Amino acid sequence: MNNTTPLIKCRQLTLGYGNKDLVRDLDYDVNVGDYLCIVGRNGSGKTTFLRGIAGLLKPKSGCIELCEGLSRNQIGYLPQMTIVQKDFPASVEEIVLSAFQGKHRLLPFYRKAHRESAMEAMALTRTESLAKSCFRELSGGQKQRVLLARALCAAERLLLLDEPVTGLDPESAETMYHIIENLHQKGMTVVMVTHDVDTALDDATRVLDFNTISVKGK
Amino acid sequence: MPELIEKLSFYLDFPFVRYAVIVGVLVSLCSSLLGVTLVLKRYSYIGDGLSHVAFGALSIAAVLKITNNMLLILPVTVAVAVLLLCTGKNARIKGDAAIAMVSVGALAIGYLLMNVFSTSANISGDVCTTLFGSTSILTLRAEEVYLCVALSIAVLAVFILFYHKIFAITFDENFAQATGVNTTLFNLLIAVIVAVIIVLAMNLVGALLVSALVVFPSLSAMRVFKSFFAVTVASAIISVVCSLVGIIVAILAGTPVGSTIVAADIVAFGLFYSISLIQGRGV
Repeated sequence: MNNTTPLIKCRQLTLGYGNKDLVRDLDYDVNVGDYLCIVGRNGSGKTTFLRGIAGLLKPKSGCIELCEGLSRNQIGYLPQMTIVQKDFPASVEEIVLSAFQGKHRLLPFYRKAHRESAMEAMALTRTESLAKSCFRELSGGQKQRVLLARALCAAERLLLLDEPVTGLDPESAETMYHIIENLHQKGMTVVMVTHDVDTALDDATRVLDFNTISVKGK
Repeated sequence: MPELIEKLSFYLDFPFVRYAVIVGVLVSLCSSLLGVTLVLKRYSYIGDGLSHVAFGALSIAAVLKITNNMLLILPVTVAVAVLLLCTGKNARIKGDAAIAMVSVGALAIGYLLMNVFSTSANISGDVCTTLFGSTSILTLRAEEVYLCVALSIAVLAVFILFYHKIFAITFDENFAQATGVNTTLFNLLIAVIVAVIIVLAMNLVGALLVSALVVFPSLSAMRVFKSFFAVTVASAIISVVCSLVGIIVAILAGTPVGSTIVAADIVAFGLFYSISLIQGRGV
């Protein structure tokens, strides 16, 4: 696949909350097959940009265009964990399967194919033995891998990751990076927000540094 | 014991007692199902707020002398529920503060209206009945029961049909939205059925105790069960059993129906909490 085919085009993009603009007049393309790392200080707009791509935040001006026939339900997303999730009474299997809800308007029951691809995703993230376990009783690293498995079930072409290794011990972080790199090798386009610059840069094919963008923007 | 059973079957011969049992079971079933979602989304207090809104609407209906007060109460409560649940993160006044404002505001205005314009000789009695549902469940008319049955079936159908969507949105609204689920639509749907349940539940336990029906069964179930499905089913069973026990005890002992049901729910919570301690998980 040609490496410069844009999958997502941002033109004159401005994103922010209330009166505060965190991303201003950004022109940027995410290309098919990229492993893009987004780095920058806290508050520089990394997560805001990712939320924009994920469709959770409407641009104040400009546009984010999904190209190559990419649709929302082909995107997998790994958001930062919320307080609500930390003590949520749900089994790992239920959580991973919930990824398929975006692909069907009406889905009162999961089909066998769903259960199989959920098991595959759990195998890839080494969580298959946890399928029946309760989410709130898992360790931080296990929780994060379960959420990655869910993102994988939803991701057919694009995977968005928001600080996937924050709060993990070095060993779990290493496992996490290894899984993500493998996915990229198999052709998944990956966009990852991270603080962990050194490790990320080893694997990434491109880097977007929000420190320099915000300086340029002003 | 045989006398008690005789007394019970004597009471069950009356249609109004049978109505109370039917409405009690249906309302507690519906409220416990949605309760799991509300508690997990940190909206436990919405039941309380909405029931006070329903109380306010009820007073307005009484002042305007609208005979079928459901026509006013239901739309007003649904509208407020949509406002509270769907403005969400972008609202100027955040969730819990908005609920608190609406809740006490409606309560105060409702009582004020009832006092100023009341046609009844026994205002405090009327208000007490509405707030604690002391006898209203035993004075249900046949058409109210039919309405309640129809609405409950609708709520149950929607819940079962969209169970997985409701789970996805409860667990992670952002993920659901990012992967193509129409979260706005489903939040709206949840808000509407929550409002319907609250209005129905007011008949059963009264405006002040509605929250109990929403939060206690799901909190009890969450102590012990580990999957969302198990929690939902357990919560429904706990709620129905507690309501039945509450209604029967209330009839036999002559206690107020609403508070007796809530007392049963509290006992159940204590029980499940102890079980969780024995399981060695704690809070």
